[in-house]
Amino acid sequence: MNKSLTKLLSLIVPLALAAPVTAGEIWVTNEKDDTVSVIDTDTLEVIQTYPTGERPRGITFSKDFTRLYICASDSDSVQVMDPNTGEILRDLPSGEDPEQFVLHPDDIHLYIANEDDAITTVVNTQTGEVVAQIDVGVEPEGMAVSPDGKIAITTSETTNMAHWINTETNELFANTLVDSRPRHAEFAKQGTEMWVSSEIGGTLTVFDTATQTEKGKIEFEVQGVHPDRVQPVGFEFTPDYGTVFVALGPSNHIAAVNAETYEVEEYILVGRRVWHMEFNEDHSQLFTTNGVSGDVTVIDVASRKAVKTIKVGRFPWGAAFRP
Amino acid sequence: MILRLAIAVTLGLARMAQADVAVTMAYLHVEQPLPPTLSNLDPLPGDLGLAGVRTGIADNATTGRFLGQTYALIDGHVAEGEDPLAAAKILLQDTKFLILNAAPEIILQIADLPEARDALLFNISSGNVALRDDACRANLLHALPSVAMRTDALAQVLVQKRWTDLAMIVGGHPQDEAYAAAMRASLVKFGLKPGPEKQWLFDADMRRNAAQEVPLFTQELGDYDALIVADELHDFGRYVLYNTWAARPVVGSEGLTAVTWDRVIEQWGAAQLQSRFEEESQRPMASEDYAGWAAARTVGEAVTRANTGDVGAVRAYILSDDFELAGFKGRPLTYRTWNGQLRQPIAIVHPRALVEQAPLEGFLHRVNELDTLGLDQPESKCEAFQ
Repeated sequence: MNKSLTKLLSLIVPLALAAPVTAGEIWVTNEKDDTVSVIDTDTLEVIQTYPTGERPRGITFSKDFTRLYICASDSDSVQVMDPNTGEILRDLPSGEDPEQFVLHPDDIHLYIANEDDAITTVVNTQTGEVVAQIDVGVEPEGMAVSPDGKIAITTSETTNMAHWINTETNELFANTLVDSRPRHAEFAKQGTEMWVSSEIGGTLTVFDTATQTEKGKIEFEVQGVHPDRVQPVGFEFTPDYGTVFVALGPSNHIAAVNAETYEVEEYILVGRRVWHMEFNEDHSQLFTTNGVSGDVTVIDVASRKAVKTIKVGRFPWGAAFRP
Repeated sequence: MILRLAIAVTLGLARMAQADVAVTMAYLHVEQPLPPTLSNLDPLPGDLGLAGVRTGIADNATTGRFLGQTYALIDGHVAEGEDPLAAAKILLQDTKFLILNAAPEIILQIADLPEARDALLFNISSGNVALRDDACRANLLHALPSVAMRTDALAQVLVQKRWTDLAMIVGGHPQDEAYAAAMRASLVKFGLKPGPEKQWLFDADMRRNAAQEVPLFTQELGDYDALIVADELHDFGRYVLYNTWAARPVVGSEGLTAVTWDRVIEQWGAAQLQSRFEEESQRPMASEDYAGWAAARTVGEAVTRANTGDVGAVRAYILSDDFELAGFKGRPLTYRTWNGQLRQPIAIVHPRALVEQAPLEGFLHRVNELDTLGLDQPESKCEAFQ
């Protein structure tokens, strides 16, 4: 029996007994409320709200889901929370203004983008020590790490680059220009591809990881929305890497893109200024954080339809799943 | 004239197979006489404009170090009574990129120097409409919005709020009259009717008398939905608020204002630019600073993308379809190819918050909604860019 079920049983016995075994939670950071909201993926309701440090943005779980890492940007720290109690266990040094981060496959090292400092900080989550600080471009934000753990990526919003970091030496080995204001990066297809979204450029760029060269670019066109307002931010792949869902910011749409042909197949209307997203356990539902409207849209992945809107805190930003 | 050369950081991190490019930019501040104002509350910072340029150069340098590109800034200052043209000539010997903080007539004289013919100049201080119209110059780009862009933005708000009955108080400085003229044109452009006007002629010290004098002064204007104040030097406008005979909102140079930039802007990643700027300059970023930042970043962006420091190639890239600047205003910023004006949203603010951002929803344009603000191509009399 998993931990969340244990918790549910102990807290609210009647509901927990009725819940199917696929129960899971989506954790959402509320940037301007200094809280995280916990959404039950079955009932689609907010079941908990926990206080955090100031301006929480990036959010991710440890591999075993016993620790939650939160970028508390204006507290200049990464907080470690016990997701079973909401208690902040410790503050990790993070460098100034941590915005996003990524947990290395070793489950130990966090690669953190320090937005105000043009630095990527590497922190050992066990010892709480800063392992390295790497100079990158202005306003680093997007963070990714390859599945084999050998490469970390930082994208810098004002420098408009993807910086390729060798995780053994923690040094840059390549810097590739992308379109304006890169916001998010992900490795795809066993790490052979690296994708970057450009908010102001309005594009997704696909890189060949081995050569760090561009192999494709995706553009968007939402009917009735001026191209300037179609601004790709967060994106997530389906487990088979067949489809990528892309948050298009103030156009208030999510695009479903064929990750092989790079064709946009569908635009799904969600809440206002959509930032990031996360799947539930079996990837049948997608939860999007809508910054301006202060809610989360639940998309049925099979039908590609928005099925529910869940009110959370003010300016929801990041999202993470735990079973 | 005082000249300072500040070489921005250049680290040996270049790992891309690109040629090294070294770009020097110059900034010239030609001091203008400042008429006295009633309040001493908000003195103009001495580095207004320059501080923004510095942030822009630093941003360029951070990017450049990954590309083998270096950026340096020469900063020149001409005191009142000194010769700005001589200073400009000296700077133009060292660089073809010149950012100007000067009165509009000085900007034109510099643009017309033989030494400036193949240079690229940026205006970051003057909203003068003629500079973008029949007095435009092919070597002069405008990072600061024209006054017309700001009054158009405000007019959109008036239309949206249905504040259609309008009155206006106009100050005695040429800048106030220019603002009033632009405001009248904007009202007509968006289907509103300019209402009654009064000239501000008082020479009393309003810190003492505002409560007594302004109600009487505004009583004659009758009733209206909003009172427009044309007080671009911020002389008397602050004393009009909450002292009008009719309890109505004040807009224009004071109250609800349309600005290039303000400390209250935090959306679209602006919080990062604001904090970067404040850390370096120990004060909030103002409109001229933003324009300075945008000018420096415009050159940096073009140099990065075109991978050249050649002024002709940089100018061509800036005016091409490929150019776009991420300017923390929620949309890519580009230049109007008919008059060299940086196309940008205009913030509608009050002292404590952003109210709206123009162009407002519903103000449509056949090409780009941003061109509902300021001189559009069909009405522009600028021919230098053809």
